[in-house]
Amino acid sequence: MNRFNAASFVIPAAVVVVSAVALLWLAGTNPWEPIQLIIEGSIGWPPFEEGSAAKVGDTVMVWVPIALASAGLIVTFAAGMWNIGIEGQIIMGAIAAAFVAREVSTARPLLIALTIVAGVLGGLLWGLLVGLLRTVGGVNEIFGGLGLDFVAISLTTYLIIGPWSRTGVASTSGTDVFADAALLPSLERTRLSPLAVALALVAIVGVWILFRGTLYGLKLKAVGANRVSAFLMGIPTNRYLLGAFMICGALAGIAGMSQATGFHYKLIPAISGNYGFLAILVVLLARFRAFWVIPISFFFAMIAVGSSQLDLRLDVNSALGGVLQGVLVLSAMFGLGWAVHRSRRRAEQEMAP
Amino acid sequence: MSLELRDIHKHFGPVRANDGITITVEAGTLHGLLGENGAGKSTLMKVLSGFHAADSGEIVLNGREIRLASPQDAIAAGIGMLHQDPLVFLPFTALDNFVLGSPGAIRLDRRSAAAEFKELCSRYGFNLDPDTPARLLTVGERQQLEIVRLLWLGAKVLILDEPTTGISADQRAKLFGTLKELATEGMSVIFVSHKLEEVDELCDRVTVMTRGKVVGELDLPVPPQQLVELMFGQAVEMQDRAEVDLGGPHLRLSGVRTASGLLSEHSLSIDVHAGEVIGLAGMEGSGQDTFLRLCCGMRAPKEGKVTIAGRDLTGKHYHDFLDANLKYLPAGRLEEGLIQGLTVTEHFVLTGDDTSFFIDWDRARGVAKRQVEHFTIKGTEASTAESLSGGNQQRLLLAMLPPRLSVLLMEHPTRGLDIESADWVWRQLLARREEGTAIVFASADLDELLRYSDRILVFFSGAIIGELDAGATNVDEIGMLIGGRTAPIHRGELAP
Repeated sequence: MNRFNAASFVIPAAVVVVSAVALLWLAGTNPWEPIQLIIEGSIGWPPFEEGSAAKVGDTVMVWVPIALASAGLIVTFAAGMWNIGIEGQIIMGAIAAAFVAREVSTARPLLIALTIVAGVLGGLLWGLLVGLLRTVGGVNEIFGGLGLDFVAISLTTYLIIGPWSRTGVASTSGTDVFADAALLPSLERTRLSPLAVALALVAIVGVWILFRGTLYGLKLKAVGANRVSAFLMGIPTNRYLLGAFMICGALAGIAGMSQATGFHYKLIPAISGNYGFLAILVVLLARFRAFWVIPISFFFAMIAVGSSQLDLRLDVNSALGGVLQGVLVLSAMFGLGWAVHRSRRRAEQEMAP
Repeated sequence: MSLELRDIHKHFGPVRANDGITITVEAGTLHGLLGENGAGKSTLMKVLSGFHAADSGEIVLNGREIRLASPQDAIAAGIGMLHQDPLVFLPFTALDNFVLGSPGAIRLDRRSAAAEFKELCSRYGFNLDPDTPARLLTVGERQQLEIVRLLWLGAKVLILDEPTTGISADQRAKLFGTLKELATEGMSVIFVSHKLEEVDELCDRVTVMTRGKVVGELDLPVPPQQLVELMFGQAVEMQDRAEVDLGGPHLRLSGVRTASGLLSEHSLSIDVHAGEVIGLAGMEGSGQDTFLRLCCGMRAPKEGKVTIAGRDLTGKHYHDFLDANLKYLPAGRLEEGLIQGLTVTEHFVLTGDDTSFFIDWDRARGVAKRQVEHFTIKGTEASTAESLSGGNQQRLLLAMLPPRLSVLLMEHPTRGLDIESADWVWRQLLARREEGTAIVFASADLDELLRYSDRILVFFSGAIIGELDAGATNVDEIGMLIGGRTAPIHRGELAP
């Protein structure tokens, strides 16, 4: 994974740009217009103009879960695992935080600390479950994760229309708004929570340090690169796989907490915003390097927030934003897969059996 | 149909699997192809059956050169290959398997196919029920199914790759009868084997291969010693080794037996003492790897006890064996030893004794640099494992071993290495032996086994059939045992 050259970065990027422009052109718009609208809708046009504080705040608060999930996924990817279950881990983090926010009333700092801890535990346990299914049950982590995603999604819906439904109404629009004391403190007139941003940055730096300078990170990488050799060297591979899932789950849980108590201020059915799946793409584009997660996550956060403006201003459905994201995901995957295939083929030619 | 292979070359990177092979098989003959593992027999047969394209050379069938781009081409040309594990689809019935390979995709005339199936079976005396699912057939019956299938598809040249593995003596006799009958009908049969006796019993002529080359082509029968010498080379001189006083037993198997498969028939007991070197001889897959896995806890015995340095570790986890100062280095250096993508420094960090949470990279690089120099690894501390050559990967693996091992288990310590590296590896291993490490190694190289072992265990068909004192045996005896001849042949007995 670290044998990429410039071409293997340029090719996927070029595929992404070309397919995005082609899609917009096919949708009958001038490709520049929606791009400008997305920028305007997410950070203002010209960027960061006066009065765009609320937009920027929203974009940053969308960046937080994507960045946290991406940081977590770097860990599971390093261990050689496709943690598709990250969506469920985000959701369980949100549910656990929502539980504390609804059920506990205490002093604000303590309550916020408790929601964070709850988020961590919710995600961590859900991640551990994927890992246990894999190591003990032999269930491929992709299927186990996907299954647990569905369980978590259904559980959210059940809670929202069942036990946690708004007084008098059972509606899928979400639970009651949490008490003020449970909400992450934000800057004035925005939803931007410095605490959430700090947690995301700490996670990214932490993951960077983990793989840069710790024996634990190196062993995780060894397990991911060659489980047989790692096992023969004496590394308890299963324990490291579980560790990777727990770290990733914990970070995803914080992402879910931030979604619940820092952005929506309640539990809604689509609480994860699909940011877990998006984070998979972020990590692939970032080539598993922690600091690249920061700008790439921000780019996707801008698309997510900015595309909501599309149908208002252009004669284009805002779903185009989703389609655009999907096309970006697929074309980046294609470009990356092609680059990997190419470098692997070259390696094989160099050292045939 | 007569078949000629002319100057076939097939290289995989630096490995010359086939290096100018020329073989002629006359129509109506049974031709044996004999050689050790890795001699290039399978590669040659894969070239002949269209699996691999040769780098250069000609395949001439009945005087006409043919090109084989795929197995379909080969079967269309009349060359049928019976693989070591018969290629049958287990859930399908015998008849479905029979018709599967037939050309065309749409029309399937089961009725006439069934008639031909019955006709072929009765002609060769096979008792196969067309409606039985293949999974209920024995290996021998699956072979029979494959043979009639290939005949039905028009095979005029039949290649059999180690066909007697896993079939009963009756089925073997039946198979040999059928092959002889086919030869009288004008079929050319190529019989690939490592079993001397079978080749001698069945074939009219034999080609012996070693290291990708033909080293002899003889009319049979010949004295088996002649074949052994061709296969394994001349007997080697024993070299002087430092005498080492054997210490207490570091590895002890007592009454050990696996639950099923290799090494499950008889229970085995052996002590390996400190400073002793035990060589494991035998064709690949005869049980040596199972033996090593029993010794290191990767495989738990069904019964018996495994003791390492005085500690009973029976049924314990492999990592407990490591804690008892045992080390196991399997054959796949890059698959089962090193980690692709990680650097030499990172390998030393992973296996080093510094377990602090944060890595001191400066110190780690210093250690790695010294080890690279000390073990004369061609590369730097920043080289990745896969960028090293095979010999240097082996050096790295040895450099990563902790000092003062009680037991060292190795597979093919010098396979694929040049002479200098091989020599270097053994100097390291013998130094370990003098420190009191008990060494058990598997090898296909008889010279290596004779030169460095104190005792040699010979494996055949999943059992140990001989325990030899390396000082009192020779290449002939080991070669015979490896080929399954248990009664040692005394010089003169078979001399003409």
